[in-house]
Amino acid sequence: MFDIKDILETNRMITENNLDVRTITMGISLRDCAHPDINVTAQKIYDKITKKGENLVKVGEDLEAELGVPIINKRVSVTPISIIGESCDANSYVPLAKALDAAGKAIGVNFIGGFTAQVDKGYTKGDKILIASIPEALAVTDIVCSSVAIGSTKCGINMDAVAEMGRVIKKAAELTAERDAIGCAKLVVFCNAVPDNPFMAGAFHGVTEPESVINVGVSGPGVVKRALEDVRGQDIGAVAETIKKTAFKITRVGQLVAQEAARRLNTQFGIIDLSLAPTPAIGDSVAHILEEIGLESCGGPGTTATLALLNDAVKKGGLIASSYVGGLSGAFIPVSEDAGMIAAVERGSLTLEKLEAMTCVCSVGLDMIAVPGDISAQTISAIIADEAAIGMINNKTTAVRLIPVPGKGVGDVVEFGGLLGHCPIIPVNTFKPDVFIARGGRIPAPVRSLTN
Amino acid sequence: MRIVLTIVGKDRVGIIAKVSNLLAEHGVNILNINQNILEGFFNMVLIADMSSADVSLKDLQKMAVEIGKEIGVEIKVQHEDIFTAMHRI
Repeated sequence: MFDIKDILETNRMITENNLDVRTITMGISLRDCAHPDINVTAQKIYDKITKKGENLVKVGEDLEAELGVPIINKRVSVTPISIIGESCDANSYVPLAKALDAAGKAIGVNFIGGFTAQVDKGYTKGDKILIASIPEALAVTDIVCSSVAIGSTKCGINMDAVAEMGRVIKKAAELTAERDAIGCAKLVVFCNAVPDNPFMAGAFHGVTEPESVINVGVSGPGVVKRALEDVRGQDIGAVAETIKKTAFKITRVGQLVAQEAARRLNTQFGIIDLSLAPTPAIGDSVAHILEEIGLESCGGPGTTATLALLNDAVKKGGLIASSYVGGLSGAFIPVSEDAGMIAAVERGSLTLEKLEAMTCVCSVGLDMIAVPGDISAQTISAIIADEAAIGMINNKTTAVRLIPVPGKGVGDVVEFGGLLGHCPIIPVNTFKPDVFIARGGRIPAPVRSLTN
Repeated sequence: MRIVLTIVGKDRVGIIAKVSNLLAEHGVNILNINQNILEGFFNMVLIADMSSADVSLKDLQKMAVEIGKEIGVEIKVQHEDIFTAMHRI
């Protein structure tokens, strides 16, 4: 029998501290959808997603009701469309993005990821067409998410792709200028991309994955913050221990939901992603955890150390709670999606450079950061290169999701709404990297890649 | 299937009576009740077996929430798995 205290604690976590399962993401392979006629391919994609995923939302809602824990998002990730589109006799994959959008809406998911290319070392024909299609695809669809992998520890960094992605991000911003460049909020550039990430915008169903799979992303910054309030004044070991125990409990809920969802959907359970994912809601912030540990404001001295401690303790607690851990698994620091991060930017304590330092010790990168609309493509590319270098050298995933908002500059605020939140524009260093970016070519894989 | 029913709210006469009546009407067998009053607040955790019940968990939830509104307490009905997952290794 349960202790009454345990039961009330669980329900307090849910009702007062925003404990939830952030996402159930169903990975679906589209490898059998390729066809020379792009209209046939689009139809096959639509048919497969709507068949495989038809019960996803219902199962998520049923579990939410039965267990009494909110499951915020139900999503789908698919095989990188660059691979599926490659056999088509077409020079744009926008029709395939529209098929994804329609299929996702038909089954009621709120995002569908996989308008993706992986060009760590170079381009195939399909990769080129896909990347060129991204700005328009993001402008004419609502729920399609796109990602491009431009490097990895094993392959080095494809600087041609880095240069191109600077231009693609600018173009995506222009095409959605009237909506505060929302297109860029659905586009991630990765180094060391993972094939089983359940979180958007970077989710895709990698080629090493099965026919279909259920991956679950947990959440719970509010629960961790609340638990830490009980150990105020105690040494840092008590902080780490408290985070670990809390992460264990959070992850167990995720594991339960993932296994049960996979069973009911007649597919296999893939992984639990141990990332602490914030939302713009009050009491659901990673920045506020760092401040609870003892910082006056997130971004100030001590931020990287406290974040490293948090990230590591979450993994240690989560590892034992789940049989399969994967995805990105690390604290997220998306600026616009975290009330504490937004406040830190507003009070001037959190800068782009400090965020870059923070990405060395956590997942996943420079995420949901609004920058001035007049930033050059080359500067965006150089920021991507810096972030990718951190990932490549440290054998970890890093990503860039920058939003250059046309017509806005430092002092302006961008409102994306919903889970994407709002963000003041962050200043960017204006010294030029243009000659570096114009060189092109490939940064060789580091010594660290030679592990065999 | 076992469920956990929790009630939190201001104490008053007849809370347990109302709830146990509902469960009895629908064939839900009470296995354990744990109740206390903390600073005037009523806390109760009830564990029950639904294997012979004539309603689904979702329908039972709706009826329990209605009763909760009627008597001014918050009633939650959940599958026991979430508590097993969190508090048992």
